[in-house]
Amino acid sequence: MWFDRLVQGAIDTLLMVGVSSLIALLVGIPLAVFLVTSDKGGIYEAPTLNRVLGAFVNLFRSIPFLILMVALIPFTRLIVGTTYGVWAAVVPLTIAATPFFARIAEVSLREVDHGLIEAAQAMGCRRWHIIWHVLLPEALPGIVGGFTITLVTMINSSAMAGAIGAGGLGDIAYRYGYQRFDTQIMLTVIVLLVVLVAVIQLGGDRLARVLNKR
Amino acid sequence: MTAANARLRDLGTPPRDARQTELHADLNRAHVRFINLGKTYDGTVHALHGIDLAIQRGEVFGIIGRSGAGKSSLIRTINRLEQPSSGRVLIDQVDIGGFDEDHLVALRRRIGMIFQHFNLMSAKTVWQNVELPLRVAGVPKPQREQKVRELLELVGLQDKHKAYPAQLSGGQKQRVGIARSLVHDPEILLCDEATSALDPETTQSILGLLREINQRLGLTIVLITHEMAVIRDICDRVVVLEHGRIVEQGSVWQVFGNPQHDVSKTLLAPLQHGLPAELQNRLQPTPTSADAAVVLRLQFTGSDADEPDLAALFKALGGRVRLLQGGVERIQGHALGQLLLAVNGSPHSAEELRNRAANWAQRVEVLGHVV
Repeated sequence: MWFDRLVQGAIDTLLMVGVSSLIALLVGIPLAVFLVTSDKGGIYEAPTLNRVLGAFVNLFRSIPFLILMVALIPFTRLIVGTTYGVWAAVVPLTIAATPFFARIAEVSLREVDHGLIEAAQAMGCRRWHIIWHVLLPEALPGIVGGFTITLVTMINSSAMAGAIGAGGLGDIAYRYGYQRFDTQIMLTVIVLLVVLVAVIQLGGDRLARVLNKR
Repeated sequence: MTAANARLRDLGTPPRDARQTELHADLNRAHVRFINLGKTYDGTVHALHGIDLAIQRGEVFGIIGRSGAGKSSLIRTINRLEQPSSGRVLIDQVDIGGFDEDHLVALRRRIGMIFQHFNLMSAKTVWQNVELPLRVAGVPKPQREQKVRELLELVGLQDKHKAYPAQLSGGQKQRVGIARSLVHDPEILLCDEATSALDPETTQSILGLLREINQRLGLTIVLITHEMAVIRDICDRVVVLEHGRIVEQGSVWQVFGNPQHDVSKTLLAPLQHGLPAELQNRLQPTPTSADAAVVLRLQFTGSDADEPDLAALFKALGGRVRLLQGGVERIQGHALGQLLLAVNGSPHSAEELRNRAANWAQRVEVLGHVV
């Protein structure tokens, strides 16, 4: 009985984290590329737009997740029609994860040697060629590392979302472990989370290492 | 555009001003020409100032200067990695100043470039690095494969095509850089301190490869360096830059044989042999005793093609002639060098020795007297 509940909780957590991180990946990379290339001296220089977008990213990054989640309730209702359950949690999780991941990916993209961009220009690359053939492949190991950190952080945040009715492992630990003093379930959840994080971290590190040819 | 087409086009366009053509025939044939070029950073830092220069088709042209002299800025205006603030750059008589991205991309495919730090993509194999310029140009796969194989063979790296740059030595990385720069069959190759990060032996092999490419493919090479030895070994003509201005230019043997500007002399100093320090300390401006030796410096500036006849020279000087230091180099078929001689017990005065030696060397100096 409680085993089924745990399995359901694990699936819910994976779903919340997976969906929000996937969206963060798809939106975050273009956002990071834009933040890097539109900066002063970048290949698509647009300093004003860069500053505006940078300020937005910083704004969302500076709000603690618990507060962001509550503040976003009207927006969440607008998008998914409910403020309860896995899909309702995906909205604030995505909004927290995207700028978080974009900033990490941005750092990796900025670390790409300017000489490589110059070499690409000299060989007759157009600007989107530079993004596609130089910036992204060269920054890929760093981006993979950054995505690993994002996944782990999202597991953390999803547990918080669980506490206000999103379901998942955080919800189980909170209701059974905290409200009913059921230490056994609490410990099981902790073990599950530790294993989950370890697997993600190990897999991410290994992938980053394989991709890193430097 | 092929070379044949370019020639046809040149013939088809009558010169605008026939007199000017006669007066400046070499200017109008120049492959790369700078006209009153200037570059200013942030409105205050003058990197380049009034540069007028013509680089001929097929020559190896050197730009030398100390760091910060503007060499990098100058070479980068040729493929517009650097946008000049004033003046014009003509390539094949075409002003590239107003080029948009399409024209620039086309221009850059006619101009290869190699770099001091090689700038290879670390995430791509040797093969992928060389192939990249062709891929972005949309060249079909069979042609790409043939071209990449051909060029890896030219630079001697066919067995390394699966390696990543991190697994290569500096010299090998530069060879990949050279292969990559040549995939579009460029007419001009820009070398930005291409050997400065390499050891002397590797430098020689890379310079040899560049020479071979210049002769076999007939492309114009423009290189910047702070090492005079590179200029000596490979260039036909050289300009010396200082504070963004040209302070000296000419054929390499002329500049080496008779440098005019202080900067050229300073840059040349490591290649010239001076008096041994121990002797330098004992040097007196006037003879202190009867058996003091006169120390002469004879310089050959290359205007004669032959090395001096030493037996005749020694005979003319008279007395006991000792060789303190000496060296002759052949640059572009000219014999350049100097001899430091100490003459003992000659019947002639120091002044007379100088005049006599002047028959063999272009410049003779009496450095002093030693006991």
